[in-house]
Amino acid sequence: MNTACYTPESTIIAGVNVHLHDTGDVNEDVKGLVSSAEDYTTVGNPFVESPRMKCREVSVDYSGKRAVFGVSLDIARNEVIAMIGPSGCGKSTFLRCLNRMNDTIPGCTVSGSITLDGMDIYDRKVDVVPLRAMVGMVFQKPNPFPKSIYDNIAYGPRIHGLAGSRSELDALVEDSLRKAGLWDEVKDQLDKPGTMLSGGQQQRLCIARTIAVSPEVILMDEPCSALDPIATARVEELIEELRDNYSIVIVTHSMQQAARVSQRTAYFHMGWLVEVGETDQIFTNPRHKLTENYITGRFG
Amino acid sequence: MTSTQLFITVALLACAGFFLGKKRAAIMRDSSGSHSSPGIRPHSTPVYYGFWVSLWAVIPALLVFVCEFVLKRFGHVPFSFRAGVAWEAVAVTSGIVCVIIAWLRLRPETRARNHIETGMNFLFMACATIAIFTTLGIVLSVIFESIRFFKVIPVQEFLFGLKWSPQVAIRPDQVGSTGAFGSVPVLAGTFLISFIAMAVAAPLGLMSAIYLSEYAGSRLRAWAKPCLEILAGIPTVVYGFFAALVVAPQVKAAGEILGLQVSSESALAAGLVMGIMIIPLVSSLSDDVISAVPQAMRDGSYALGATKAETIKNVVIPAALPGIVGGLLLAVSRAVGETMIVVMAAGLSANLTMNPLKAVTTVTVQIVTLLTGDQEFDSPKTLAAFALGLLLFILTLLMNIIALKIVRKYREQYE
Ligand SMILES: Nc1ncnc2c1ncn2[C@@H]1O[C@H](COP(=O)(O)OP(=O)(O)OP(=O)(O)O)[C@@H](O)[C@H]1O
Ligand SMILES: [Mg+2]
Repeated sequence: MNTACYTPESTIIAGVNVHLHDTGDVNEDVKGLVSSAEDYTTVGNPFVESPRMKCREVSVDYSGKRAVFGVSLDIARNEVIAMIGPSGCGKSTFLRCLNRMNDTIPGCTVSGSITLDGMDIYDRKVDVVPLRAMVGMVFQKPNPFPKSIYDNIAYGPRIHGLAGSRSELDALVEDSLRKAGLWDEVKDQLDKPGTMLSGGQQQRLCIARTIAVSPEVILMDEPCSALDPIATARVEELIEELRDNYSIVIVTHSMQQAARVSQRTAYFHMGWLVEVGETDQIFTNPRHKLTENYITGRFG
Repeated sequence: MTSTQLFITVALLACAGFFLGKKRAAIMRDSSGSHSSPGIRPHSTPVYYGFWVSLWAVIPALLVFVCEFVLKRFGHVPFSFRAGVAWEAVAVTSGIVCVIIAWLRLRPETRARNHIETGMNFLFMACATIAIFTTLGIVLSVIFESIRFFKVIPVQEFLFGLKWSPQVAIRPDQVGSTGAFGSVPVLAGTFLISFIAMAVAAPLGLMSAIYLSEYAGSRLRAWAKPCLEILAGIPTVVYGFFAALVVAPQVKAAGEILGLQVSSESALAAGLVMGIMIIPLVSSLSDDVISAVPQAMRDGSYALGATKAETIKNVVIPAALPGIVGGLLLAVSRAVGETMIVVMAAGLSANLTMNPLKAVTTVTVQIVTLLTGDQEFDSPKTLAAFALGLLLFILTLLMNIIALKIVRKYREQYE
């Protein structure tokens, strides 16, 4: 893993000037203006007070082909931040950097720095195993293990030794299922296979499974794209409730969903973080031409 | 006319039918819709009409062949006509007539495509039937010959007898002529050797499969897999003399160092080599099922902070278990059926022992020794081979059924 040092000064990457300051608006001077479509400099303030995760100059290459270009972004505590952008713009790739799931992809290298509560997660000394417990992930397609509902939830606590006794484990399973709003539906069939549930229930099972290892950040990659509107509404409600305890990063293709569940929104384009800001502002008053084109349904 | 000639004639007829039918359909297609002859557009493409007509060359020949076979084998030919020539003449003429009729009756509305579909259906059904009936035939013949054997030797003696020495006098005046046909020592030997072989092959094969599919880089896998599979290409005879000439003496020497009595032909030597022989079977079958477990399963586990080994143990292996058990079962039947290695390395003497350092024998080896050399076909000695075969068949069948039950019980289904 090639981990470059973060320098807060201006850096030149691929010929584009990126100015970074720890506080303050990056492009104060262009406020109210619409940047030209060729300029990929981040518009809006990607930084927050006392962030949970700090990403600086994160770039990702797949066997030499760059997929994410110098993204700097903070993830606040107790917020839902949505990532939107056209297909192939690097949302999933960036998301996977946050819990080092990219490590499992051969040929994928990440540079820049990402910290979680001040700890550099790409540091050599960091053990990725507990990191992934702290930064959980929910996938696009529900992927419950081919085990019973109970064992699906108990899987994480068991490998991390979170429960001392069977009764503690039972309590943890019940608690996670309750938080995921699934308890009432499955409490009588905990020994049935998790794959037997409906798609929406499976996705909530996967969320419960993630909650069970008490993460600090939950990453969700299009968690509702395989679900019908009712199941989607249920998951969105859940995300809203989870915000009290976790930071949530959600990738979505549905702009309504981003508007409904998130406080901040980041717009990605061709691997660049083009604009980030309050969700209301992004959807009512986008400042970058590309963002505007995207949310109004115009491309190019 | 010989049957080869008949075959060629029918094939030529079918070819002719194909081109005639195709031609006619093509003409119909080309003329349809034009103003001079407002015909209907043919239902199917011309190729299907070609096949449809040629089908009519084959069907009568087949029917005639089946009739001839059935009548000659099971009934009496009612007419006194010179069988050979007459039947073949019937086959060819009916074929020609049918082709001509089919060609003449070819209409745009003929649903050639659907008829071909039906024909295909019958073809596949016939193949499946042949496979099933052959198996059934073999099983039945084994059962009937075994019944003849059990008329001479009582079933209980065969099943529970503890002594196997099938030497029967060929001439009635020979002395010491009554053989003993207790199958227990032979079965025990079979299981002992198979057990040793599986004890070697199952862990080694499974773990090398896990290494190759989960840990090894793609470059290592690219040459390691073929290397392993070369093991599967070595003829069993080679393994046999390897076992007899290399491994058995080593086992004997090693045993003597430990102060153990090892006979120069031992179950251990045969079992070890047999295990090595089965490793590629186990590993390549397990490798396939392990690779078939969806990546999403692994990602889900990694995202919860599981290590690779934990993921393999808790998610990948359980999901792949049915396939792995299936592969192991195949390996067991391979071990039970293996003959060459045992003949060379484990000996022929039917000792009733569970000591892997002694010489033992197996069912397959006994079948071979019973049937080699000049034999009276209906002597108990020869018929014993059928009984042993039946026993082996029933045992492997039971094993498969039990394994299927286990697999179904512990199967963890993934989408
Ligand atoms: N495993 C991989 N190997 C090589 N290239 C990859 C891999 N995964 C993604 N890429 C490339 O990286 C770029 C970004 O892909 P990514 O999956 O992050 O896009 P995305 O924004 O999530 O798209 P979508 O909205 O369709 O999910 C794409 O150009 C893609 O081709
Ligand atoms: Mg994606």
